[in-house]
Amino acid sequence: MRLVVRNLSKTFSMGFFSRRHVEAVRDVSFEVKGGEIVSLVGESGSGKTTTAKMILRLLPPTRGEILFEGKDVWRDLKEREELREFRRKMHAVFQDPFASYNPFYPVERTLWQAIELLGEDLSKQDKLNLIKESLLRVGLDPKDVLGKYPHQLSGGQKQRIMIARCWILKPLFIVADEPTSMIDASSRGGIIKLLEEMREENGTSIMFITHDLGLAYYVSDRIFVMKDGRIVEEGSPDEIVLSPKHEYTKTLVSSIPKLYKRMEDLV
Amino acid sequence: MVEPLLKVEGVRAYYKLGRVFVRAVDGVSFEVNEGEVLGVVGESGCGKSTLSNVLMMNLRKPLVLVEGRVLFKMGNGFLEISSLGREEVKKRLWGKEMAVIPQSAMNALMPTIKVRKYVEHLAESHNIPKEEILEKIRIRFQEVGLDPVWLERYPFEFSGGMRQRAVIAIATLLNPQLLIADEPTSALDVVNQKIFLKVLMQMKKRGIVKSIVFITHDIATLRQMADRMVVMYAGKVVEVSPLEEMLRKPLHPYTKGLLDSVLTPEPEVKDRGITTIPGAPPNLIDPPTGCRFHPRCTYAMKVCREKEPALVEVEKGRKVACFLFTEEIA
Ligand SMILES: Nc1ncnc2c1ncn2[C@@H]1O[C@H](COP(=O)(O)OP(=O)(O)O)[C@@H](O)[C@H]1O
Ligand SMILES: Nc1ncnc2c1ncn2[C@@H]1O[C@H](COP(=O)(O)OP(=O)(O)O)[C@@H](O)[C@H]1O
Ligand code: SF4
Ligand SMILES: [Mg+2]
Ligand SMILES: [Mg+2]
Repeated sequence: MRLVVRNLSKTFSMGFFSRRHVEAVRDVSFEVKGGEIVSLVGESGSGKTTTAKMILRLLPPTRGEILFEGKDVWRDLKEREELREFRRKMHAVFQDPFASYNPFYPVERTLWQAIELLGEDLSKQDKLNLIKESLLRVGLDPKDVLGKYPHQLSGGQKQRIMIARCWILKPLFIVADEPTSMIDASSRGGIIKLLEEMREENGTSIMFITHDLGLAYYVSDRIFVMKDGRIVEEGSPDEIVLSPKHEYTKTLVSSIPKLYKRMEDLV
Repeated sequence: MVEPLLKVEGVRAYYKLGRVFVRAVDGVSFEVNEGEVLGVVGESGCGKSTLSNVLMMNLRKPLVLVEGRVLFKMGNGFLEISSLGREEVKKRLWGKEMAVIPQSAMNALMPTIKVRKYVEHLAESHNIPKEEILEKIRIRFQEVGLDPVWLERYPFEFSGGMRQRAVIAIATLLNPQLLIADEPTSALDVVNQKIFLKVLMQMKKRGIVKSIVFITHDIATLRQMADRMVVMYAGKVVEVSPLEEMLRKPLHPYTKGLLDSVLTPEPEVKDRGITTIPGAPPNLIDPPTGCRFHPRCTYAMKVCREKEPALVEVEKGRKVACFLFTEEIA
């Protein structure tokens, strides 16, 4: 099992005088196999990003454990080398591409850094070629992107660059939090195909986080439905979308706009 | 009998950047009919938001109207709003006759100004007693599912879905005939998208607004409520069709590409598989010659690179700008 999450919980405490608690994630358990694509689906505020951040070792859990390749990411990774290894193997594509870029550097810096992280002995020209190929892979023309600063690119372009970074790093595990939220519907399919290729070629496992069950339906082997911090239903895409059991899953399914059938309860 | 509420005639609106122009809206003509929901669809960068500013005559540098007319129905005739200045249109029509929900709700409401302040400002600019309008917004807030206590809060405290409902409540307060909504649901999750669409359709059903122009890159959303569709590509209108007919048989290759790339969990979609439109919309400073879609079009012919296809009616109520449908091929 590549990733095991057991009884994971996160409670945020806020306020100085009257402490308010938000139980963002409650007792969440699931497993992800090598080469498996799973989706975590739920409306905003359901705890998806918080779960992702704990798995990525960006936010400590309140309770529970996360085992990546058998090691507890919060307890067993101590040495710098182990952490570096972890960063190379587990990779994030975030919802908010703005947070992932330094405004003072050209956007491709993140790709150069990825190549450094690879630690391979490549000539400068080889590295540049690799960067260009990664951009082409995600449907970007290198000349539209190279040398540009974050504010000069659209949100969709920045999300694609994060995916290009993934393609360079070829990690074992990708956590993609709303990775296509700013990418036009017309090219989402291409991004999905690229992620699927990475799974085929490198056995990459992918955890896809989205509010869009439609998207999850086409990429996932299994879907987890999250509501108020809990996983309320789990199943294959067909089980979840075609015969949802939990009331909330039904609401979610009936909220997806479809192309060949109009929602009947809008007016 | 369908009557137009707004007419756009041969409009070109460019961003003037030093010596170059971004031809964001480039020779566009169509009508918004009374009582309809008109969907405007196209990928990012095709000129949709620019078009919404043109419809409102919200022209601010570097955006300039280079050519064409925009006419809005007032009484028994049409007022040529494109011959008035922005301030004049703002004073006479904004809020009362036409209103917009801009692409970013964050732009619509400053995060640090209380919602009540906006409403009071609206009262001032239209010489309406403050109390009267505050009473109105309290009711309207309840109608869109927001507790009126939120009037005393700051927009940054709202969730995305609540903020969009606050924006629509304020935008429609004076019962404008035309509501233009620019990507109002694109940043919302599907549950909140549906709530928003319900609110929007309620506004129309109850006659608070007469016509809606709904702009989005997501055809599946438009499918839920549009009557007719305008497909925009690279600053041009490439197809105008009633929605159902467009779904059954898209005419323009770009329209077909958009439909084929929709990913919704339906048997029809699963059977056809995932396809995408190769490439991306062009830079509008120096767009492709001839048909602007030709570098991405699988049907492109020699004539497509050389000549520009005109938007012509090929079936009743259906217009398309593509040489596959016009005589000129020979
Ligand atoms: N840093 C934080 N401090 C306090 N509350 C937070 C923090 N991050 C998230 N939350 C709260 O936790 C809940 C889950 O949030 P999140 O994980 O971002 O959900 P999702 O990604 O599904 O939209 C929400 O109620 C959110 O307000
Ligand atoms: N303020 C501006 N100055 C210069 N160019 C702009 C400005 N706003 C938009 N553009 C350009 O105009 C074109 C159309 O943009 P826009 O109307 O926002 O398209 P859409 O809403 O379809 O994404 C794009 O090429 C965009 O880069
Ligand atoms: S005019 Fe030619 S290039 Fe343009 S859409 Fe039609 S076939 Fe394609
Ligand atoms: Mg999130
Ligand atoms: Mg726009």
